Amino acid sequence: MIELRDSSRHFQVGEQLVKALDSVSLSIGDGEYVSIMGPSGSGKSTLLNVIGLLDRPSGGQYLLDGRETTSLDDDELAHVRAHKIGFIFQSFHLVPRLTAFENVELPMVLASLLPAERRRRAEAMLASLNLMDRAHHRPDQLSGGQRQRVAIARAMVMEPTVLLADEPTGNLDHVSGAEVLAALESLNARGITLLVVTHDDEVAARARRHVRMRDGRIVTDERSGPPG
Amino acid sequence: MRFADLLHLASESLVRARLRSVMMLVAMAIGVAAVVVLTSLGEGARRYVTGEFQALGADLLIVFPGRSETTGAQPGMFAGETPRDLTLDDARSLLRIPGVQRIAPLVIGSVPVSAGELSREVPVIGTTSEFLVVRSLKMAQGSFLPAGDLDRDMAVCVLGSKVSSELFPRGQSLGATVRIGERRFRVIGVLGDAGRSIGFDLQEIVVIPVSSAMQLFNIGSLFRIMITARERDAMPRIQQAVRAQLAERHQGEEDVTVVTQDAVLATFNRIFTALTLTLAGIASISLGVAGILIMNVMLVAVSQRTSEVGLMKALGARGRQITALFLAEAVLLSLVGACCGLAVGYAADWVIGRVYPALPLAPPVWAVVLAVLIAVASGVIFGLLPARRAARLDPVVALAGRR
Repeated sequence: MIELRDSSRHFQVGEQLVKALDSVSLSIGDGEYVSIMGPSGSGKSTLLNVIGLLDRPSGGQYLLDGRETTSLDDDELAHVRAHKIGFIFQSFHLVPRLTAFENVELPMVLASLLPAERRRRAEAMLASLNLMDRAHHRPDQLSGGQRQRVAIARAMVMEPTVLLADEPTGNLDHVSGAEVLAALESLNARGITLLVVTHDDEVAARARRHVRMRDGRIVTDERSGPPG
Repeated sequence: MRFADLLHLASESLVRARLRSVMMLVAMAIGVAAVVVLTSLGEGARRYVTGEFQALGADLLIVFPGRSETTGAQPGMFAGETPRDLTLDDARSLLRIPGVQRIAPLVIGSVPVSAGELSREVPVIGTTSEFLVVRSLKMAQGSFLPAGDLDRDMAVCVLGSKVSSELFPRGQSLGATVRIGERRFRVIGVLGDAGRSIGFDLQEIVVIPVSSAMQLFNIGSLFRIMITARERDAMPRIQQAVRAQLAERHQGEEDVTVVTQDAVLATFNRIFTALTLTLAGIASISLGVAGILIMNVMLVAVSQRTSEVGLMKALGARGRQITALFLAEAVLLSLVGACCGLAVGYAADWVIGRVYPALPLAPPVWAVVLAVLIAVASGVIFGLLPARRAARLDPVVALAGRR
């Protein structure tokens, strides 16, 4: 359960105060599938970063699963990120010198899981995304679609409740993009809350809830029926 | 994060960034190797000198004319102003001191020594039969000076091996006659190469009886008297007694200097230890420079991997974990660099040891420990700043690849 109450995020750029988020209130229930659209600079990435606890709002409240987060210190935020939130990025952000398997292992390494448990989970994750034969390839030996699926495996391996995807298909061709979306949606079908920031109407249309932003504010927030 | 994982991740990024890692390793290795080699040289010189002195026997007392507060260095250096001669009678009187085992009076001069057409200028030592034992010399052929009264002037001589082979290229020197200065001496023995004497190459000396030498050089004072004690414990007492005895014989004037081998040795030890420390200090500077290079390269690494730091944070890494990762890289590098440096240093020692076998080369333990400690410490100190800079990066900004 994500609950933003009058959340703002302001940046000082030179003389000017930029309101990347301007008193946004938004409530997203568990298991929802939400698309966030809007022109560049409308604040959609900032919204995603605030929800993902990478960025602290300058004002307002943010409750994650009923818990106030604005008072948490950096280590507590890192802990929440590690266990509740998965990130997918447009540019994949795989560590280039690590293999697919090691990239998937990384969050578990940071969380001090034992190697046997890490192996079990990483293999299960890679298998569910049809990547087992690619496990010991490095990112530069993988296609874009494969890289993004490795990134999904990495985001999901700590079993978070929320998956945040920032332009997940932005660097992919149509076929790979469809594969990636299918993977994300199958996770959503299993109860993960899925937020997708996108420029692509076609991608956005697949979500069940559509948020549009402009100048740091939410302009529309509509629900549609199940896709199909 | 588990320690094994930390090491694995750190070494993984070091292996991937091969050129940068190798450069830092080389820098660190040069620093450590410099410490090892330079301190080995200092320590080797100290051991060499100590060894030379100890071969003379630790139970040795040396008397030379002239009063000097300084101990150590070549005792002869202080013999310039001689208020009163140190005579053969003085030497003989020392034998009466209880505990004295042997005395060997000594005069030294340089005169031409010739046999037939061949002639060369060599140090000529005037002494007694005891000199053989006091200086642990060995004979190659014939015998040393015969035992007998100090005043007995005999026209016999013993040649160093090189003098013998140069003056008698055909080998038959025993029994032959050589001219030393204005007088003729019969060769009764040839010295072996064993035994040591600071300041002289034993292969290039000629030994004659002390009274003959004093006549030959026309001098009345001995250059030194060497005394050996029956037992080491008696040394301080004998040193006192020698001083008192000679003062009494010189009308109450303490105009001689009596030094023990130990005192000379201690002085040399101090000098060479200071030298070694100085060398270690100079070499440590290169370690410091290597540390600064590590900082520089780690700063570059942090800025190259900014987006990776952002990713780590997004995956739930705490600031401390980021610090640990970069710090582990710096420390690992300096540790491996230090080990390479040790290997290089010891290898260099080995090579130098082959070229100069006389020099006992081995770095002192403290220098090795210190070099490795400084290397690791500089890894920590100079790695900390870049590591903390990485940890403090704003994840959003870092993910965007900006700084």
